[in-house]
Amino acid sequence: MAAPTMDRSTDTPSAAPQKITMIKGLNQALRATMEADPKVIVMGEDVGKLGGVFRVTDGLQKDFGEQRVLDTPLSESGIIGTAIGLAIRGYRPVCEIQFDGFIFPGFDQIVSQLAKLHYRTQGRIKLPIVVRVPFGGGIGAVEHHSESPESYFAHTAGLKVVACSNPVDAHWMLRQAIECDDPVLFFEPKRRYHEKAELDPSIAPQPLFSSRVVRKGSTATIATYGPMVKTSLDAATAGAEDGLDLEVIDLRSLSPLDLAPVYESVRRTGRLIVVSEAPSEASITGEIAAKVQQECFYSLEAPVLRVTGFDTPYPPAKLEENFLPDLDRVLAAVDRSLAW
Amino acid sequence: MSSPERWSQPQPSGAPAATAAQPTAEQVIAGLRATSEGGPELVQLLTPEGERVDHPDFHLDITPEELRGLYRDMVLVRRADREANALQRQGQLGLWVPLLGQEAAQIGAGRALRPTDMAFPSYREHGVAWCRGVHPNEIVGMFRGVDHGAWDPVERRFHPYTIVIGNQCLNAAGYAMGQRFDGKVGDDNGEATMVFFGDGATSQGDVHEAFVWAAVYDAPLVFFCQNNQWAISEPTERQSRLPLYQRARGYGFPGIRVDGNDVLATLAVARWALEECRHGNGPVLIEAFTYRMDSHTTSDDATRYRLSTEVEEWKLKDPIERVKAHLSRNGFADHDFFDGVEAEADELAAVLREHCVNLPEPPPGRMFDNVYAEPSPALRAQQDEYETYLAGFAGGEH
Ligand SMILES: Cc1ncc(C[n+]2csc(CCOP(=O)(O)OP(=O)(O)O)c2C)c(N)n1
Ligand SMILES: [Mg+2]
Repeated sequence: MAAPTMDRSTDTPSAAPQKITMIKGLNQALRATMEADPKVIVMGEDVGKLGGVFRVTDGLQKDFGEQRVLDTPLSESGIIGTAIGLAIRGYRPVCEIQFDGFIFPGFDQIVSQLAKLHYRTQGRIKLPIVVRVPFGGGIGAVEHHSESPESYFAHTAGLKVVACSNPVDAHWMLRQAIECDDPVLFFEPKRRYHEKAELDPSIAPQPLFSSRVVRKGSTATIATYGPMVKTSLDAATAGAEDGLDLEVIDLRSLSPLDLAPVYESVRRTGRLIVVSEAPSEASITGEIAAKVQQECFYSLEAPVLRVTGFDTPYPPAKLEENFLPDLDRVLAAVDRSLAW
Repeated sequence: MSSPERWSQPQPSGAPAATAAQPTAEQVIAGLRATSEGGPELVQLLTPEGERVDHPDFHLDITPEELRGLYRDMVLVRRADREANALQRQGQLGLWVPLLGQEAAQIGAGRALRPTDMAFPSYREHGVAWCRGVHPNEIVGMFRGVDHGAWDPVERRFHPYTIVIGNQCLNAAGYAMGQRFDGKVGDDNGEATMVFFGDGATSQGDVHEAFVWAAVYDAPLVFFCQNNQWAISEPTERQSRLPLYQRARGYGFPGIRVDGNDVLATLAVARWALEECRHGNGPVLIEAFTYRMDSHTTSDDATRYRLSTEVEEWKLKDPIERVKAHLSRNGFADHDFFDGVEAEADELAAVLREHCVNLPEPPPGRMFDNVYAEPSPALRAQQDEYETYLAGFAGGEH
């Protein structure tokens, strides 16, 4: 089945550099892809008139109409399941799941159909679907609004999983995800939604499924993604005052993992701390630790350490500062690694 | 009270347009739109002006004292709701989910329940909570972020709030199946369960599956849907082509649309539905036709998606004003009574505020409690390690 073609991301917006929030970066990415390809549609709860509870889809229904921006019935299985049918019919749906904790009614469709149809049809059916998920904690929310479910999806073959950490990446990564012919679970760190950065359209983005060294260093390596990139960078800045020179790598893509830069880094520093909000048990952070010890065994000066959420349900908001990794916990792990 | 047989008869079609000569698809659909008006099927016993009216199937004998009790309930839960809303605005709560406008639906349903019945709320049912003996003090903790719900759901027979839309409907169906399996259904002393959900929730698979399960197992379950016309920014017609109560027929049980701003009608219909369930004639669907007077939550701004004229129209159907008018007009209550209820409401608000702002912060160790019924050594080790780490700060090193 021929997937509709669209302009590649080398087709940068003509606008001058501008300071944008992550929300704005995502909104502009949707707008740009919708303008370029009439088959790109947005679907989700409250994404139309309201513009989404985080306003990521603000103004899109007004400009593109109700048939391209769908205020769907309240049913996540319905959102994913019908997106699959629409994709078979040639559309490129971008689905919004309102909050991380509400993806599970759609889990069956994601794992059983979205992930497997390409395989089951010997590649005859492509599913260029993006599932956007505001994820993670730190906003003082009630239950089910602060979860980090990415590992469930990375565990499932057939799905690609990415997490952006800043407004510029959010913009380009979403455009690239929409262009991708595979289903992409797109995790957006909601606690970073209002942070700002300069988007310079003349700087071409790096490939979607690649990680990036965001701070060079020599004492130890921190590999992280999503909301914890900022936390890790803050830790590196604080650590510098104590003479620590930390390297920070933003993984960006969680499935496939692009670990070559991590291996290269660990071979230099001999130490790796993996940081994530998600509980550690049976998680992406465990996967990274396993692979790094296999690839860099003789370079490691200490075991790979992890700083993560605890293996509990997400706690009441007043305890989330305890649950979530912070600068101190990251630096404590660095100290432990150095003392090994 | 109407007999179950009534419901084995075909109900009037909800689609008159379909029988007219060659209607267009759009006309058929327009005729089925879910939200327009309460419609002729709406069960009402007390008009917005406070007049008692008769209904052929649903009657309610009620004493002036009981009437005053319902009025008091509604005033108190509204006052607690407004206080909690204010507490959120003042930064004392992270979020509040207002019940404003839905007092009659919730008090009518809540007061129809017996102590031996079970209730499964969604997240807006502060009025039902009140009827189950759950004080607003026990509710604000989860919105302040100190706990995930404070009451004992088994002892109160009031399940924890469920935020994931629709989940609780299947849990309620299972509980009601258990009531039947335990032989607690079949006579006047029978037990029943009531589950609360919204108009938006009716699109969730879990809700449809609960309809199927409750029907197949003849579960003593009352599905109480508060159609408050909105699911955040989406009007009910985004969820359904036909009035929600009519869905029940397709699953093989009765569905009734009641004026959810009429506490008397809601009480009568809810009592009847629970009686049906107790006697083994469940399940039943009740659609309480009401209105969400405030925004979805304190995080929402309803002016972005709905007209103020709609809100103004619904103000005229206020659930409390009509009872007040009825009480006054018939001499069932005097100034002293109304003043007394106001004073009580002020006191409740003060108690709630005092309690809320003084709620103790949970200790970090609390996070690790009750993850499992049988403690996990691995988790215990994680907790010990974290507490050792925290103790390291006690020396003031960092
Ligand atoms: C599975 C799931 N998806 C999305 C949400 C986000 N959400 C919370 S309330 C709500 C609307 C619910 O509307 P309705 O069922 O009519 O109940 P109401 O809030 O009007 O009482 C939505 C979409 C959720 N809580 N759970
Ligand atoms: Mg609603």
